[in-house]
Amino acid sequence: MKYKSQKVAMPYFIAALALFLGQIIFGLIAGLQYLHGTFLFPALPFDVAHMSHTNLLIVWLLMAFMGAAYFIVPEEAETELYSPKLALITFWIFLVAGGLTIAAYLLVPYAKLAEVTGNAVLPTMGRGYLEQPLPTKIGIVLVALSLLFNVTMTLIKGRKTSINLILVGSLWGLAILFLPAFYFPQDTVKASFGWWWIVHGWVEGDWELILGALLGFILIKMTGVDREIVEKWLYIIVAMTLISGIIGIGHHYYYTGAPGYWIWLGSIFSAIEPIPFILLIAFSFKMLLQRRREHPNSAAMLWALGTPIMAFLGAGLWGFIITLAPAQYYMHGTNFTAAHGHLAFFGAYAMVSLAIISYAMPILRGRVANSNSAQRWEIIGFWTMVLSMIAITLALTGAGIVTVVLQRAADNPMGFMQVQDKARVFFWIREFAGVTFLLGLLVYLRSFFIKGEYMYADEVKRALAA
Amino acid sequence: MFTHTSNLSHRIEPEPQPLPGDFAIWIFIFAELLVFGVLFAAFAFARSAHVELFTASQRTLNRTAGFANTLLLITSSYLVVRANHAIKTGDRKACWHWLLGALSLGTLFLLFKILEFRQDFAHGINLSSNLFYMFYLALTFFHFMHVIMGMVILAAVAINTYHGRYSASNHTGVETGASYWHMVDLVWIILFALIYVIH
Repeated sequence: MKYKSQKVAMPYFIAALALFLGQIIFGLIAGLQYLHGTFLFPALPFDVAHMSHTNLLIVWLLMAFMGAAYFIVPEEAETELYSPKLALITFWIFLVAGGLTIAAYLLVPYAKLAEVTGNAVLPTMGRGYLEQPLPTKIGIVLVALSLLFNVTMTLIKGRKTSINLILVGSLWGLAILFLPAFYFPQDTVKASFGWWWIVHGWVEGDWELILGALLGFILIKMTGVDREIVEKWLYIIVAMTLISGIIGIGHHYYYTGAPGYWIWLGSIFSAIEPIPFILLIAFSFKMLLQRRREHPNSAAMLWALGTPIMAFLGAGLWGFIITLAPAQYYMHGTNFTAAHGHLAFFGAYAMVSLAIISYAMPILRGRVANSNSAQRWEIIGFWTMVLSMIAITLALTGAGIVTVVLQRAADNPMGFMQVQDKARVFFWIREFAGVTFLLGLLVYLRSFFIKGEYMYADEVKRALAA
Repeated sequence: MFTHTSNLSHRIEPEPQPLPGDFAIWIFIFAELLVFGVLFAAFAFARSAHVELFTASQRTLNRTAGFANTLLLITSSYLVVRANHAIKTGDRKACWHWLLGALSLGTLFLLFKILEFRQDFAHGINLSSNLFYMFYLALTFFHFMHVIMGMVILAAVAINTYHGRYSASNHTGVETGASYWHMVDLVWIILFALIYVIH
């Protein structure tokens, strides 16, 4: 750790992992409710479990990104963070507000929650991912402003690297793209038009830039490749992300009441959205091949190389399967979307968060890398989670195929619930893979508690023997 | 690392010429060409199903303006070639002047295109008018943004030239900017032929 104030990233990372665990538990509950609709009813109905699963996902990723920003920005700017105290206060506000929101979901009926939190004054509640009550949404804006103020001031007083400019710029984008959350007109077409800019504008545009900046930082640090080369790649990736992503978001506008030209524009531009992910793979592996040093943290390297591949599969390939308008006509709202959502969120954003945590946490704990045995646990966790997520994706794809064949494209379509019954085997596979994912996560979390520091001597011995 | 090096120097074969400019720009150029390729393919696909509509709508386009813009971009590409030659002989001043000339023609292109768009909008043409106009507006506007991007790159190269950052031995930046500008030109030539002319 080069700057003392980077330490403030640690609580963010720890909270992110705790919330991640919570997300998976709610996911398992919701998955089981697909098989037994009355499981935990009425204490925890499906909509609440599902909402907690998706909201926790967003919150833990935001936690991880904030931690990453507080870790990376000072190091890149070569100066202490503008205000570590503000960062710490922001952390507690965010954590408590997030915790209270989830507790409110679980304890208070949603309509009651809307009533007591002033939803009638400024309606914002109810849309997917944006279920948070108004005070939480205002809290999110304040937390974002505090983060932006802190990192921007740090950037201004320090060195301005491309990684920092891309990272801080995309954090500004993240905050700005949240603002449509406060725009919820009665006209459902307009409401949906704005809604897609929030979480989907993040994941198809803005967050890809955060992902690029985080990967760029990790790869510079771990491979020792010239910054100039990494920056060139990043600029190309940023350009291709924006070229494809901004208009590509039009693939959400098919058949929603938005003008018909979106069917063409959305199809064409989203079809090229995999390009930045292919470039990310090329970039990461080129950096690996050109590395000038062997960094002792092989677990972090594994996360960093796994991220672009899994992001390409989840966001690029599984996204492409459902993105063209004629395909979407049949696949809309089926488990194809859930398959894509799971692999893309995990492959791109969960994995890049775990990559930066894997790189930064040992440093924050005063060592370059964890002990070999701790890394072994982490690597087993990596493979278990990755393979489980692939299994979840394939199972959901299977369920999607069943729906399309029996319900959407059939001459004599079956009813929704009948089709759900036919897809039952896939929901079981998904649930089983969910359990193995949880085991993988527990193994991963266990790696933080394995004692012992990384021994350079072992590495040298091994290198000499080779 | 982006330049090609040969480890077969003991052979008598001539060394293959590396791509001009920074290799990174070529990755970007290929990605961009792929994007335009997808757009052109989609245009062709849509046209094959609506030949009459496309032919009828195409006749309403201002071909003279399109042709004038083609000449402007080809000429500006030539000026960029001259700028490149000038810096290779160490003539920074001439390079700067050629680049300014190319930028002026780029500006004229943008002006002509804006006037053409104004004329289109005055005739009530918009993205929802029909499939042909949707492609026409989307493709030309997308290219329009690329002209702006190419001009930003050329302007950066011109500023560097003015400040004496390039020389006869170090002029990768000029070649990099020139390569991208030629791509913008090339795409317009295909676009002009495809959308304005071929029927």
